[in-house]
Amino acid sequence: MALDDLYREVILDHYMHPRNRGRLEPSDIAVEGANPLCGDELALYVRVSDGRVADVRFEGRGCSISQASASMMTEAIKGKTIEDVHRLVTEFKGMMHGQEPAEDLGDLVALQGVRKFPVRIKCATLPWVAVEQGLAEHEAGRTAGKATTEAER
Amino acid sequence: MDLGARVRADFPLLRHTMNGKPLVYLDSAATSQKPRAVLDALLEYYQDYNANVHRGIYRIAEEATARYEGSRAKLAAFLGASRPEEIVFTRGTTEAINLVASAWGRINIQAGDEIVLSVMEHHSNIVPWQLLAAERGARLRYIPVTDDGRLDLVAYERLLGPRTKLVSVTHQSNVLGTVNPIKLIAERAHSVGALMVIDAAQSVPHQAVNVSTLGADALAFSGHKMLGPTGSGGLWARYDLLEAMPPYHGGGEMITKVELERSTFKDPPHKFEAGTPNIADNIVLGAAVDYLLGIGFDAIAAHERDLTAYGLRRLREVPGLTILGPLDTVDRGGALAFTMDVVHPHDIAQVLDQEGIAIRAGHHCAEPLHRRFGLAASARASLQIYNTRDDIDALIAGLHEVNRLFGRSPRVKEEVGGAG
Repeated sequence: MALDDLYREVILDHYMHPRNRGRLEPSDIAVEGANPLCGDELALYVRVSDGRVADVRFEGRGCSISQASASMMTEAIKGKTIEDVHRLVTEFKGMMHGQEPAEDLGDLVALQGVRKFPVRIKCATLPWVAVEQGLAEHEAGRTAGKATTEAER
Repeated sequence: MDLGARVRADFPLLRHTMNGKPLVYLDSAATSQKPRAVLDALLEYYQDYNANVHRGIYRIAEEATARYEGSRAKLAAFLGASRPEEIVFTRGTTEAINLVASAWGRINIQAGDEIVLSVMEHHSNIVPWQLLAAERGARLRYIPVTDDGRLDLVAYERLLGPRTKLVSVTHQSNVLGTVNPIKLIAERAHSVGALMVIDAAQSVPHQAVNVSTLGADALAFSGHKMLGPTGSGGLWARYDLLEAMPPYHGGGEMITKVELERSTFKDPPHKFEAGTPNIADNIVLGAAVDYLLGIGFDAIAAHERDLTAYGLRRLREVPGLTILGPLDTVDRGGALAFTMDVVHPHDIAQVLDQEGIAIRAGHHCAEPLHRRFGLAASARASLQIYNTRDDIDALIAGLHEVNRLFGRSPRVKEEVGGAG
């Protein structure tokens, strides 16, 4: 097990220089995500327009993996249709649990190395669980929700 | 040869490697490693005299009973108790505190009463009191922690009053290393008629603890942090206090007579030890006490003070690192918690793991304390008699590696990128 598999250049870059960091006001969706195992915290804000993610931002504190994953996710979903975001979440979570992604996930593939460090997988999936929860709340007509990686596998 | 280097050979686990590197174990505040004498005693129990206690009339049952009660007597002497019956075996500190909160608390705490704790407590000395306070309508008050990691004793004085029924404070912080002035805290608690409980999980392994000089009414400790087995440990409490407390758990072994509608109970400590107790581990805890006393607490304290001073000095060499707790060794033990400016504690621990170094990352079951310092988590290296300056040196080298990996060196990008 080499640390280089975990701390890939692109991951460290997103951790040290996070994209789309900050609060989004007003937002259509606000989700508080938590990883109860290690205390990673994440707040995700999404603005939806014409069935697309018009804007997305995040705040939070946690390890390099959770924060980099959030930063990379915001880049990956911005401008995408809600349907595409759902598909991407499924693809990403599948990849983190050992499946080969069916589509090219671009930079997100760097997070595949986290699989070799099982206790850190939930750090990587936290923002994805949060956006999934947020979209579910939005579809149910709500604007806020809470997400946790506790039940996630 | 220093103490650490000398006793190291007694601890078989320390011979292992981790991730291809010699194991550097710096997580003894979580649990200590066990000397050969303790491991041998455990095997001896199961191989030679495994039997239930207090009931068999055959030879090995008598031997198990005698050794179990012998271990109780040894612990009583070790802690300066006035009689063996003041020691109740529990699974450790958590259960011991729950026992007091449940058995003493339910009959002594009324609505409006106040329980004084401190912000530096481990969750095991917070949550049981929260449960009790919620049930009885009591109020929790907290002694604040100063910026340098000490209890604010002036504020403590102001918290005390006629409603204060109990004060429960840690003897030694599992995060800050701070050794609290328990004797003084107990005197003040007694001056308002409150009961004084001590969480001694982190002090008993490292210093000679004497309940009579501390002036406590009850003291909780864990065997697994003092070189003994997991699931061993107990509660010391004044005998009259134990006598006045109702049972904690009901079941076999704790009764004198059982009828269909009611039962009568044994005297302390057996009243509090329902069911088959943890016979093996509590017998073996006696072997851990023998081992510690064989080295002697003067030597243990001197060695750990030297290592703590060395650790504090060397940690300050690491760029971007901030130490939590006192920066000198006055009333301070060897829990060395720290943060690094750009690197999260989990990432610090992950990099160190690859170097064979075991530390703890997280809130160390002290969330309110971390919140007090504006933190969600910290990294913690903690010391025991078997640690050496070499262990500290390995830690410091590992922390420089953390900094290098996270970009405090301009070479980081090519190296990480090239390998990925």
